[in-house]
Amino acid sequence: MPSCNAQELMICVAARLLEDNAMVVVGTGAPCAAAMLAQMTAAPGLTLMFEAGGVGPRLPRMPISVGDSRTFYQGLMATSMNDVMETCQRGLVDYTFLGGAQIDVYGNLNSTMIGEDYQQPRVRLPGSGGANDLGSLCRRILVLTPHDRRRFVERVDFVTTPGYLHGPGAREAAGLPRGTGPHKVVTNLAVLGFDQDSKRMCVEALHPEVSLEEVRANTGFELLVSPELSETPAPSDEELQILRERVDPQGYIIGRS
Amino acid sequence: MALNSGSGPLFSNPDCDVARERFGHKSKGMADKRRSVADAVRELIDDGDYLATGGFGGNRIATAVIHEIVRQKKQGLGLAGHTTTHDFQVLCSGNLTGRGQLLNRVDAAYIIGLEARGLSPHARRVMESGEVKICEWTNYTLALRFQAASMGVPFLPVRSVAGTDTFQHSAARAVECPFTGQLLTAVPALFPDVAAIHVHQADRYGNCRIRGTSVSDWFVARAAHKVIVTCEELVEEDVIREDPTSTVIPFYCVDAVCEVPGGSYPGNMPYAYFSDEEHLRAWLDAEREPGSHEEWLSRYLFEVDSFDEYLEKCGGRKRLQELRQEELLDV
Repeated sequence: MPSCNAQELMICVAARLLEDNAMVVVGTGAPCAAAMLAQMTAAPGLTLMFEAGGVGPRLPRMPISVGDSRTFYQGLMATSMNDVMETCQRGLVDYTFLGGAQIDVYGNLNSTMIGEDYQQPRVRLPGSGGANDLGSLCRRILVLTPHDRRRFVERVDFVTTPGYLHGPGAREAAGLPRGTGPHKVVTNLAVLGFDQDSKRMCVEALHPEVSLEEVRANTGFELLVSPELSETPAPSDEELQILRERVDPQGYIIGRS
Repeated sequence: MALNSGSGPLFSNPDCDVARERFGHKSKGMADKRRSVADAVRELIDDGDYLATGGFGGNRIATAVIHEIVRQKKQGLGLAGHTTTHDFQVLCSGNLTGRGQLLNRVDAAYIIGLEARGLSPHARRVMESGEVKICEWTNYTLALRFQAASMGVPFLPVRSVAGTDTFQHSAARAVECPFTGQLLTAVPALFPDVAAIHVHQADRYGNCRIRGTSVSDWFVARAAHKVIVTCEELVEEDVIREDPTSTVIPFYCVDAVCEVPGGSYPGNMPYAYFSDEEHLRAWLDAEREPGSHEEWLSRYLFEVDSFDEYLEKCGGRKRLQELRQEELLDV
């Protein structure tokens, strides 16, 4: 297998999750790189959207902000945040990429505060931004995140963005649109999904040279393991070449080699 | 079944009749509204007002107005922390720096962070100190609160936010749809006392054009009781009339028009100049220690008379030209 770093592997794996002619709301950084790579490989008809209103840009380089002018560079539309969110709410948007300081067994995400007491946070973080809206309204949530026990916790300190909340049926009972929720979690160690019945996180594929024990050791809750546990196919030479030469030639996201 | 309510504080009155009464007193003449930023901030922003900032944190922001608010040491302001990044960081300079308490309540959708650039150390100090009351929202629910206000109705329904701690610490309420019985979340209209919005072009009456994404400014401008506009370029009324399709904000929403070329600096202004990442990085670095932060604030905010002087200190026209090349990908 061609040698690559963890970030490159995660981006290549995430890119393969996006099919042609889908719509995806992306943020800056690795998710944006993954969506760009998908466009240049299997999904040329993928439409990228940014929460501040950028739709269908020909991204000349990585945006720094989800509202900067790169997000609608030679774009199809520069619209409003309300319009982008309402397009998600109408059910047109297939994917969104999210992250957070913590993720739990049901895929709930925390980007609001760390600590026991909301009134006296140990660390105050930015809050939802658009994450809660995108995670509620897009059909499938994709999470790209480093994998360690500090992040993968049994219960997040604060549910900023809904995963499956406290289990099966909880999203629907709260009034969130049917058929939405976390889809895949791509980490530096594995690809994880969610068990259809229990909605608990489940290891589906281990990255090359990663053991199940290593994944468990870096997860702060009991992980389910898919009966069809597989190995992540390594990035191809073509994927890596496009990623390095066309998606992120400056190495902002994948690092400078 | 009892319907859930968020337990967060509601900082503003969503009553649309109260808002109508106030809007009814707004001057509707095509008056010349040009004035200096200092005068606009002095005359239109009162201590205790609730403020909304346009743009997207570090993109198309009314930097000159935000600096002037800090320089004039306004006190006890409320803020819509709607996609606020660098603007929030600057407003926080009026808290915990020995100048009283500029902010005392924040509706928070996105605060403290500067996206991929990291968290503002000073904004963290302010928000972790407990001296600013906070209510949680999301980018869309805050945008929708402006949208409700712009429509002149007291609330709008949304299908996000339900079931989360974000909802529990908001002032939203679960409601049942009268037609379908579906469970929805109602968010209250937000009528800010004052909004500060930076645009590409405006005429002297306040008819404004914005290029690129409007974020939520179409709604913010209509929701706010008073609107201060800063513009890259002041144009004649005839220019506006040549292409009325391009008018995003009409004169009757606007109370002051200030011509401030480079006015979104150090933020990005679409088609004009990119963000000054070096300056933003240096600002974040300076905030690490209260001492170096105070030196920074003295140099860039308190020992300058105007935004123009600040721009000069940051490299002036030459720097803006470099950022223009960056924006136009001419580098």
